[in-house]
Amino acid sequence: MDNYLSIFTEYDVPGAFWVNIQLTFWAALGALLLGTVLALLRISPVASFRAIGASYVNLIRNTPLTIIILFGVLALYGQLGFNLGGDFQGNFFRLAVMGLALYHAAFVCEAIRSGVNTVPLGQAEAARAIGLSFLPAAREVILPQAFRGAIVPLGNTLIALIKNSTVAAVGSVATEASSTMKTMIEFRADIVIPIFLTFAVGFVIIVIPVGLLTTWLSKKLAVAR
Amino acid sequence: MSASILFDTPGPKARRNILAINVVGALIAAGLLAWIIFGLANKDQMQPSQWDDFIEGSTWANYLLPGLLNTLKAAVLGIVGSVIFGLIFGVGRLSQNKLINGFSTVVVEFFRAVPVLLMIVFFNVFFSRSLQLPGDTALWAVVAALVFYNGSVVAELVRSGVHNLPKGQREAGIAIGLTRGQSLRFIEIPQALVAMLPALIGQFIVILKDSALGYIISFNELLFFARTYSSPNGNVLQALIVAAAIFILINFTLGKIAEIVSRRLGSREKKDKTGGQAPQAAVVGAPSVLPVEPTPNAEDEPNPRS
Repeated sequence: MDNYLSIFTEYDVPGAFWVNIQLTFWAALGALLLGTVLALLRISPVASFRAIGASYVNLIRNTPLTIIILFGVLALYGQLGFNLGGDFQGNFFRLAVMGLALYHAAFVCEAIRSGVNTVPLGQAEAARAIGLSFLPAAREVILPQAFRGAIVPLGNTLIALIKNSTVAAVGSVATEASSTMKTMIEFRADIVIPIFLTFAVGFVIIVIPVGLLTTWLSKKLAVAR
Repeated sequence: MSASILFDTPGPKARRNILAINVVGALIAAGLLAWIIFGLANKDQMQPSQWDDFIEGSTWANYLLPGLLNTLKAAVLGIVGSVIFGLIFGVGRLSQNKLINGFSTVVVEFFRAVPVLLMIVFFNVFFSRSLQLPGDTALWAVVAALVFYNGSVVAELVRSGVHNLPKGQREAGIAIGLTRGQSLRFIEIPQALVAMLPALIGQFIVILKDSALGYIISFNELLFFARTYSSPNGNVLQALIVAAAIFILINFTLGKIAEIVSRRLGSREKKDKTGGQAPQAAVVGAPSVLPVEPTPNAEDEPNPRS
């Protein structure tokens, strides 16, 4: 037992999870913004806008996240000298956030689009009938309802993002949970299973409340029809 | 589909405006593309010597194809394992035995919440050091992680598939004298499997993408080979783009297959219900299956952790 407890003094386990939470927070912000713009493009009346949105989603959604994160570090930074500022670690952190945001934006876009599908035709017709054109109708009538209808898929995307934030390890973010765990189990081969369970339970503790919150929010905010 | 509800069929003036914006949009797209290509060219990344490696037979024969083969091996083993795992634990979650049900629920919820990468890293050390298994432990670590995570997702698909069946199916089974388990095996699960097929194919895409995580434990899959090949040649960027293109090609095809299957199933249901005359039903039925594409977390499920 003492043997096990010593890992908490030797390694900064809560700190590692804090890095993942920070990665998730900034990436979620970016993904939500970009994803909303993409969703608008994909539902617009202009064919070329729809094509731009659809190509982005189809390309990014079918690419492994590992490649996207690796691309940031090896290609953008390593080969092109692209720097997002900050020190060495800060730059890797920002590149990882960028990769995570770009990847999950495709899923946010699809989540919002599925939310748009829950809005009844009459709402759009009513918006047009009172003289709103595309953007005002989207802003005032469609999107507010679409977001409320998209809470469950958006929540699932957030959960996926929390878990995928560990992939930042590929992008040389050495302080996050999976890299920390890797170092720990390599040096403490005697307690491999307890270390894994510690980190696994950590993620369960973070992820399950998000799932419950999503379910509760989706019920509370459901549009009464 | 969703596009049409937001705007009326445009009149002559609106059509002119849309055409103008359309041209602007196409110019923006072309501009973005040109910006990327010229940006790369300015950084000396568009030289033929950096790209022609990937049209040479030897590159494919020695690096990309062996890598792709390992990727596919991990993915296929992962798919087979996930379906078996998913069937066992999906049925477990439907069991009326409280012990089996509780155990299956804990297993499924646990493995759905743990990042795949964490499992890959753990299994890699666990298999090679603690168990000292012979052979390619990296492959088995990747497959095990894929099976535990995706199997749990499939278990949820099985469960929701059975729940979404009309209640009459089970009642009919019991009425003809089957036990609860028999009705599940012979009547409900076969139907649920057909209904969940599009979502299942979507999950295969997730498995294929996640197999690339093996890169971090030096499992010699496509991405790993692309990296080892290109590092000494100084064209990592180009190699990553080629690797991504291969993944996109396979996954896009899988996605299209899922769409076709989903449409087939949709039209079959339509015929079942109304003799082929229900344009609305097809539209309403289809989106629930695919347009909400599978994220790494099976979005098709209406209520993920209730």
